[in-house]
Amino acid sequence: MALSDKAEFAPRDAATSAAIDGALSIRRVSKVYDAEGAGVVAVHDCSVEIAPGEFVAIVGPSGCGKSTLLNILAGFDTLTAGEIYLDGKPLASVTRPPQPGPDRVVVFQHGALFPWKTVLDNIMYGPLRQRTMTKAAAEEKAVDLLRRCGGLDTVASSYPAQLSSGMQRRVEIIRALMNEPKVLLLDEPFRAMDSVSKATMHRHLLEMYRLCRKTIVFITHDLEEAIYLADTVIVMTTRPGTVKKVLKISLPRPRLPQMMSSHEYLEIKRQVAEGVHEEAKKAFERGEREHA
Amino acid sequence: MRMLRNRRFWMMCAGNLGLFALWYGSVKWVPLEPFRRMPDPVRVMTEWFNPAPVFGISIFVKTYYFHILYSSYRALVSFFLAVSLGVPLGIVMGWNKKVREFASALLGLLQPVPPLAWVPLAILILPSEAAVIFVCFLVAFFATTLNTYVGVKSIDPDYFRAAACLGASRRDVLFDVIIPGALPNIFTGLQIAMGAAWFSLAAGEMIAAQYGLGFLIMESYNLVQVPTIVIGMATLGLLGYFSSMFIRHVGAKLMRWREEAIGANG
Amino acid sequence: MRSGSALVNWRKGLNWRGAVAVAGFILLWELLVRFKVPGFETIPTLSDVLSTFWTKYMLSAKYWKAWAVSFERVGYGFVISQVLGIPIGLLLGTRQMFHDVMFSVIEILRPIPPLAWVPISILFWPTNEMSIVFITFIGAFFIIVINVHDGVRSIKKEHLWLARSLGASPWRIFRRIIIPSVIPSIAVGMTLGIAVTWNVVIAAEMIASDTGLGRLTWEGYVSNTPTVVILGMISIGLAGYLSTKLVDYAEKKMMPWRKI
Repeated sequence: MALSDKAEFAPRDAATSAAIDGALSIRRVSKVYDAEGAGVVAVHDCSVEIAPGEFVAIVGPSGCGKSTLLNILAGFDTLTAGEIYLDGKPLASVTRPPQPGPDRVVVFQHGALFPWKTVLDNIMYGPLRQRTMTKAAAEEKAVDLLRRCGGLDTVASSYPAQLSSGMQRRVEIIRALMNEPKVLLLDEPFRAMDSVSKATMHRHLLEMYRLCRKTIVFITHDLEEAIYLADTVIVMTTRPGTVKKVLKISLPRPRLPQMMSSHEYLEIKRQVAEGVHEEAKKAFERGEREHA
Repeated sequence: MRMLRNRRFWMMCAGNLGLFALWYGSVKWVPLEPFRRMPDPVRVMTEWFNPAPVFGISIFVKTYYFHILYSSYRALVSFFLAVSLGVPLGIVMGWNKKVREFASALLGLLQPVPPLAWVPLAILILPSEAAVIFVCFLVAFFATTLNTYVGVKSIDPDYFRAAACLGASRRDVLFDVIIPGALPNIFTGLQIAMGAAWFSLAAGEMIAAQYGLGFLIMESYNLVQVPTIVIGMATLGLLGYFSSMFIRHVGAKLMRWREEAIGANG
Repeated sequence: MRSGSALVNWRKGLNWRGAVAVAGFILLWELLVRFKVPGFETIPTLSDVLSTFWTKYMLSAKYWKAWAVSFERVGYGFVISQVLGIPIGLLLGTRQMFHDVMFSVIEILRPIPPLAWVPISILFWPTNEMSIVFITFIGAFFIIVINVHDGVRSIKKEHLWLARSLGASPWRIFRRIIIPSVIPSIAVGMTLGIAVTWNVVIAAEMIASDTGLGRLTWEGYVSNTPTVVILGMISIGLAGYLSTKLVDYAEKKMMPWRKI
């Protein structure tokens, strides 16, 4: 499956990979839930620097706050300490709660395509509501993107429920990308899929990434997926969640499935697994519950 | 498949015929006093379709349609009033916590009072026409508001978040997320409201109105025109059934995305 | 659960806004009457109603007898409708033949408003009391039948297949799988049914009886004493509320695992 390097994807090839857009600076962010004065610390003193166009995966045991962090980045939740900067401009702080917006679009775990709109209407939703494109232009771009992502233009007038989950996720990612976001946030998007569909989705995602080089923050509990897809893997501790390890993945791009059995990959996996399992054990002993 | 449908169809006919036969048989042959007083189905049918009915009501008589019109008009007016107030209220309640707390306390207070208990008060204050419509409205209103509220509440929060990410304004959220998301529940509420309106209408008319099918039933009872009672009952039943079916169809049309989905999942 | 969600209890405890709303409502009522706002001339204030209750009705045997009579009718009608309705609903859901024959009959009879049955009921049943109980029965009967039927239909086929493949007899399947799965639907049917039953009883009393809370309210109308009418309404509301609480209690016993 080949995607052509057309300008609409705003691709940044190797030469311009030092893109100016999408630098995230997360500085000492904490989130304390004060439900009934219990003072539950979901995230504690988390600091991460993400370069523009970097693919970052965040892994960790259940309840480590990785989804909380994503929600704060997306603007769905507030933080109780620390600051976040996007491209040098303040995005969120205690006095300035983050707002959701098209510069940081989310792809949701269970899928949030509007079931009552067709695939095409879903994809065009962002630009049309923000009035950044005319209907004709949006439709053209949408159909084009659909076609290039594995011939999905054939289902443009179907409803999401008629598609397989793999197709739904791809459509959702395209819906996000239509808005030219600075950061793409993915909250365990392939979690509910079987391994074959997952492998296909990885292929599609890597291809899209290759062409558009957006900053991606990818939450997952699947270590192999994290290592395979990302430039950097961040391991979080169990509650209170903070950064335990930051591993740079030295595998070359484009990533190929064969790499999963390479010596390098296995070594990285060993390191990541060690960190995660340590934390998972702690979490298990403490009876942490999964946030479905 | 066709054969299956045929078999079911015949079973259905058998069931209805059986009901008829049972009714007829019990009226004609059971030697108990109560059964003697009942009209038998043949009598009812001949009266209903009689160009010159003995008791003055059949499908050929103008007054019959007059009563139907009156009942339908009341049912529809109260239904539309209930919907135009209930749906917006339900939506606002689902969306806005403050409104929810205010409104739910008031509604919770009024809800235990059976709507028909309002009839005497209503006819004391209002002219009888308005009183009947008011009571029907109340019933339909509660059903609509409750179901709309539930519908809004049951929308997956991720849809709201997705809309926010994609730059939707509050108005957009209302039309793109809330209304479509709550529509299935809204339509369930509408069907219930319609049924409830007819239910209260019958009672209201029997107690307090001139004209209308409920009134017809009471009058026939008072004048001992027994077959006409059954005609009135049957007509009410038919009207209620068809109005609910109509709403169901409208709902299906508006929510085609659901139909397609159900079809896709077999 | 589909039909269960329709009963979401939105009276989730008293919060200050709710209390303000209720207080405001009562206050508004008082003011509208006191200032003789048009339309409200004939209506008594809440204080009038309460004082009437205190002086004339609280110790009146007739009043409490009305309560007893209405409750009795509701009780009989409701219980009979459940006793007959649940098995019929189960049959509808489990026996295909029964379903094919009876379903359309039920669908035809169901839309007829219960109160429309009053004259026929009076003609048929020997005593007035029985005719009222019959009407009450009709109201709740169809509701429970439909709910139980829906409940049976929504049992996952896999559960039934599994049980059969493990060698369970039809009776065991029925007792161990179908019945427990249907209990939530029965609960919903009961809750909806009790509300309808009250509705029907008081209307039936207004039309066709000379005892009971409905009659009491009606007499208030006939004698043009709005105080009695409102008193009647409040009494009925309370009675209905009590019955609902009773049914809720019964449901909790039926489903101890649920946090209703």
